[in-house]
Amino acid sequence: MRHLLSINDISTDQAHEILTTARELDRVSDGQIKKLPTLRGRTIVNLFFEDSTRTRISFESAAKRLSADVINFSARGSSVSKGESLKDTAQTLQAMGADGVIIRHNASGAAQRLADSGWISASVINAGDGTHEHPTQALLDSYTIAEKFGRENYDLSGLTVGIVGDILHSRVARSNVLLLQKLGAEVVLIAPPTLIPVGAESWGAKISYSLDDTLGLLDVVMTLRVQQERMSNYFFPSLQEYSRGYGLDELRLNNMKSGAVIMHPGPMNRGVEISSAAADSSQSLVLRQVTNGVFVRMAVLYHLLGGSQTTQQPEIGVSL
Amino acid sequence: MASILDAGDISRALKRISHEIIERNHGLSNVTLLGIPTRGAYLSDRIALNLSEIEGSVPHGTLDVTLHRDDLRLRPPRPLLPTSIPPEGIEGRDIVLIDDVLFSGRTIRAALDALGEIGRPRTVQLAVLVDRGHRELPIRADFVGKNIPTSSLETIRVRLTEVDGHDEVVIESQETD
Repeated sequence: MRHLLSINDISTDQAHEILTTARELDRVSDGQIKKLPTLRGRTIVNLFFEDSTRTRISFESAAKRLSADVINFSARGSSVSKGESLKDTAQTLQAMGADGVIIRHNASGAAQRLADSGWISASVINAGDGTHEHPTQALLDSYTIAEKFGRENYDLSGLTVGIVGDILHSRVARSNVLLLQKLGAEVVLIAPPTLIPVGAESWGAKISYSLDDTLGLLDVVMTLRVQQERMSNYFFPSLQEYSRGYGLDELRLNNMKSGAVIMHPGPMNRGVEISSAAADSSQSLVLRQVTNGVFVRMAVLYHLLGGSQTTQQPEIGVSL
Repeated sequence: MASILDAGDISRALKRISHEIIERNHGLSNVTLLGIPTRGAYLSDRIALNLSEIEGSVPHGTLDVTLHRDDLRLRPPRPLLPTSIPPEGIEGRDIVLIDDVLFSGRTIRAALDALGEIGRPRTVQLAVLVDRGHRELPIRADFVGKNIPTSSLETIRVRLTEVDGHDEVVIESQETD
């Protein structure tokens, strides 16, 4: 495995391997070892063209716990705001000797472009590209579900996961649908029709337009943020109305199946897709997701950068 | 392929090592065993069982050294194996590291690094079932099941019931193809 661009890139066995590695890292860090020498001398660049707090901090913390050198690059305040292209930025990173590039970009496919272009020889990790995928978020979500439901072997069969809300704009939903189904869970997408992407029927997940009808079936309620920054049109009449139909409020919290849990990839719009009562309830795994994110990202970095690689030299000057 | 130790030999070697551990440490009150997975961990379980029959129980656990290896870059990434440090910890204890084969010494160097991250043992000792020579580092074992002089082209395989279905140590010459 050289890059992690999409959940489609990894086999079920590889997913199990990453999750098992994460668990061992969790145990080791939970005990006494806080810092491991595994990636000493390797340089990892956080290349963030879009705002992010938890993902960037999570990757940074994961890389540092493995003793890698971390360079943070955010588009704001860089030459990107002066019009530098992805290619020039990438070649600059290559010239500086980056071993791994973690990229977040507002264009779907940006990570793939960086990996396939031949501009750089580093491993590329997709930390969210447009509305396409966010594979490490899906890995940490599955890890958290398996941990909560005691699935030691990461087999999630028999569990029903509802992904609620803005499926259309959500890269988290896409990656999660792929991975959860790979691991055997059943997935239900729950949203108003305007927020279900065209072609979602072919994803293999069930689709429902009503949260109240499906709530009682769900072992995991994964609420998504309403991504107003990606909405150029109106997809629902008002936030209040959206919240009334699809928000996880106190009433719905009480109607959840017993033993069911709540997840959210963050950042949360409290009072819109999730109420404070739900977010801070004992069923909420939101903070556990953040903690687990570091271990899962350590595992991904270890699998991509920890061993020997067939390093392919970039073809500098390749024409587009 | 030649068999060097059979099940009886392995069992006798582990018994002797168990007695030597007690003798060297004047009892077991401060001793903690740490096996290096995979096979070292099973050997550690067996030695712990021997010790409990002879003298009394000791804390024992496992220590995976993968992330501390210096040859990580030379091979594809390998899966991590479980680490479990007994609740007593290692601070001020007499640690006996247990592995199946002592060869270059690099695994043990990695284990010493891993221990250093966790705490400061009073002493660290090393028990191995087979010492095959060819050290690349100044490391030696305190307790040895059997010294087997080998050529660097040969491979020593330790088979244990827990993993391989039966107990045996064999020496194989590298196949040339």
